[in-house]
Amino acid sequence: MELSRIRNFSIIAHIDHGKSTLSDRILELTNAVSDREMRAQYLDSMDIERERGITIKAQNVRVDWSDHVLHLIDTPGHVDFGYEVSRSLAACEGVVLVVDAAQGIEAQTLANCYLALEHDHEIVACLNKIDLPAADPDLYAGEIEQVLGIPADEILRISAKTGEGIGELLDAIIERIPAPTGDPDAPLQGLIFDSYFDQYRGVVSSVRIVNGVMQARQKLKFMQLGGTHEAEEIGVRVPDPVKVDALGPGEVGYLIASIKDVGQAKSGETVTSASKGADAPLPGYQDPKPMVFCGLYPVEGDDYPDLRESLEKLKLNDASITFEPETSGALGFGFRTGFLGLLHMEIVRERLEREFDLALIATAPSVEYRITTKGADVLTVDNPSELPDMADVEIIEEPMLKISVLTPTDYTGTVMELCQSRRGSMTRMEYLSPERVELAYDIPLAEVVTDFFDQLKSRTAGYASLDYEPTDYQSAKLVKVDILLNSQPVDAFSTIVHTDKAYDYGRRMAEKLQELIPRQLFDVPIQAAIGGRIIARETVKAKRKDVLAKCYGGDITRKRKLLERQKEGKKRMKSIGRVEVPQEAFVSALKLDD
Amino acid sequence: MADQGVYVHVPFCATRCDYCAFATWSDRLELIGDYFAALVRQAADAATDMAPVTSVFVGGGTPNMVPARLLTEVLDQLPLEDGAEVTVECNPDVVTDEQMWSYAAHGVERISLGVQSMVPSVLASLGRTHDPSNVYRAVEAIRAAGIERLNLDIIYGAAGESLADWHQTLDETVALAPDHVSAYALTVEAGTALADDPARHPDDDDQADKYRLADEVLTGAGLENYEISNWARPGQECRHNLLYWTQGNYVGLGCAAHSHVDGRRSWSIRTPEGFVEAIESGESVEAGSETLGEEERRVEALQLAVRLAGGVEAAVIPDEVRHLVQTGDDGRARLTLEGRLLANEVAVRLN
Repeated sequence: MELSRIRNFSIIAHIDHGKSTLSDRILELTNAVSDREMRAQYLDSMDIERERGITIKAQNVRVDWSDHVLHLIDTPGHVDFGYEVSRSLAACEGVVLVVDAAQGIEAQTLANCYLALEHDHEIVACLNKIDLPAADPDLYAGEIEQVLGIPADEILRISAKTGEGIGELLDAIIERIPAPTGDPDAPLQGLIFDSYFDQYRGVVSSVRIVNGVMQARQKLKFMQLGGTHEAEEIGVRVPDPVKVDALGPGEVGYLIASIKDVGQAKSGETVTSASKGADAPLPGYQDPKPMVFCGLYPVEGDDYPDLRESLEKLKLNDASITFEPETSGALGFGFRTGFLGLLHMEIVRERLEREFDLALIATAPSVEYRITTKGADVLTVDNPSELPDMADVEIIEEPMLKISVLTPTDYTGTVMELCQSRRGSMTRMEYLSPERVELAYDIPLAEVVTDFFDQLKSRTAGYASLDYEPTDYQSAKLVKVDILLNSQPVDAFSTIVHTDKAYDYGRRMAEKLQELIPRQLFDVPIQAAIGGRIIARETVKAKRKDVLAKCYGGDITRKRKLLERQKEGKKRMKSIGRVEVPQEAFVSALKLDD
Repeated sequence: MADQGVYVHVPFCATRCDYCAFATWSDRLELIGDYFAALVRQAADAATDMAPVTSVFVGGGTPNMVPARLLTEVLDQLPLEDGAEVTVECNPDVVTDEQMWSYAAHGVERISLGVQSMVPSVLASLGRTHDPSNVYRAVEAIRAAGIERLNLDIIYGAAGESLADWHQTLDETVALAPDHVSAYALTVEAGTALADDPARHPDDDDQADKYRLADEVLTGAGLENYEISNWARPGQECRHNLLYWTQGNYVGLGCAAHSHVDGRRSWSIRTPEGFVEAIESGESVEAGSETLGEEERRVEALQLAVRLAGGVEAAVIPDEVRHLVQTGDDGRARLTLEGRLLANEVAVRLN
């Protein structure tokens, strides 16, 4: 295919600004999907994506418009998945920026636009939802001009809902975004920018051909990892997959190479032909670094091997997950798992439970601390129970973030209050327009991974948006709070918190557990402690009555079944010392909310 | 020869108490005639190959709300052994002299009276209609007819019942000089009006206090605890109920009645109309059954025995609940007062 007739682009948009609806309209207008097949948010193929209205995985689709071939590479819209955006950007030459004409640009969208500019990508900006009564396209066009330098009069005005302006947008993409460059006669260089595991086909990868031509049945060499695989099937998504014989430079498609092992087709990999291949791989990606950690344990100990296998499968789709085995005195065998952020953690857990049918307990999220001992050893700890004795600790340092919050000025005070209460220190405050302000803070990651984002949203009626960037480590007055059940520490409940918040955490945890732990045959003290010092105490009073009052002819079968159930129930309890704790107590106590 | 029990179920009440989950109806009284005709047929049929009956228990429902002759006609079908225990459960509101004379003439020698409480506000809270004075009248009628054995059923833990209220019920109960008292913790059963009203659900600690008080007052009056919820003068234990607790044989007559014959349990069709229809068309009334395996039967025997004054062999009690039993010189472990309140905790650990 002639390179001049190809355009590759991503859409950058904030959640709810209409990216998926826009994708749907493009599919319709270009006749890629018939009305009958159309389901809302066609490209969000995971149930979780459709339910939450977010895109997690990069998807791609090929459409025809005005004698050109356009490849749309969908990108995630949540702050946790920024790294997926940069992958998508590497596979295209331009981006379409979609901004809600009633809300204006959001922090993370802005950050992604800066990322696109770093890639030298052309930005086609448009204001969506101009059909809404609250739309104020002139105001927000002015903002975009102010922060991104895109002339206001070049910003398109569209409604993905009604279809207004979508044709013009497609025309603008052809006009403004440059065609890809590449040499069809050069050795093959294809960039894998996404892979997922299909139960029936094995690994299916999304690939952008940079130079040369990829042929069906061709023997391919994966340059970084060094494996050789045959291209069993190559094709394009229109959006349903259609096999092709060859993919040339500038084209985007999919590749199935009978790869079963999940680690063999990582995003960022360069594929070339096995014979007379390219000399050097394309620039790869930096593996995204997990920032939040938690222990994942199967509710049923027998499911441990299944959990391992499921994590391995998920990791193919999502290179950002890290996991290694760990053992908890309270929870048994599990994995310390690393995530990009809280939403990511929630989604991974939900996928494990839903797609792999596992019941899981997740411990409280933690970040990676840097400990300098009195003996001048430096170690990193992402599991509070591995923290050395505080008497041996010289310094604890915690990871910091630079965050940027865009908010309507009405909420400036509220946002400042929230950031302050989370130990943030303000570095910058800048007005985008008289109505909107950007606040920048240095803030500990640990304070953001609890429920910062939810709080920010709920305190600003959903108007504020957040972007963050990890920076460095900073020392802080941190302590480990242990929770003791019947005088025995329960590792799963240990956490590292700032001294000022230790008392509050300990008290809340003790109160929560007092409600969750059923009465036993003896009093069970629940204590929160820092080192040897008890900071909070509750007691689960001994059970006094558990007996069936009546046991006559008709009751006997029922009684036996009831006792059998009670026996079964006991088996599902985790014994901590002599205390029997139901699985639900772990799940509820470790919940982040309230 | 081993004991043979018969249970007769009368599924009718004037009104339903809102904690009650028994198979009883207050809106199908027109079925009474057909139901008893069917019962008589079933009893006559069963009697042909029945061992001499050592105990009968007529329960419900409210057995004494139906004309006495309907009930006694059923009793007349049964091959009663000399000295058999024959109990009829009665609501004090509808006990009459004639009724008791009639019962006595047909072999009834024990009445179980549903007293529940002697405090009017507590009775109202339980959804009962009777006046406590009916209880005194009923006891008089029972004794006048020469029926010597008397059980009083009382319930603790109703919403609004104070410890003093319960004390009053206990005092008035023992003042009536029964030879047997069943004191039950009010229990929330699924599907009842009480179940739908969590604000009125009983509190475990309150019921534990009331159980201790009951044991104190009842034993003080010479009644000995011989099963979790039952106290009797020595020798006046309920022979029929002991059959249930020792895996003895009994045959259930009527709807929703349970039978047990040598390890096989069965139960009959739940509704009176279904029962009548089956009897009239000559079909089996059995709705379900289970046969316990040897191991299940052994464990069940322990779980039942641990509730009795006789206890279980000390060896089956694991250490974690040993503090809830007292072991006698005979090697039997018996639940302590504290242990009786936690009997399920002990029962689930027996092996």
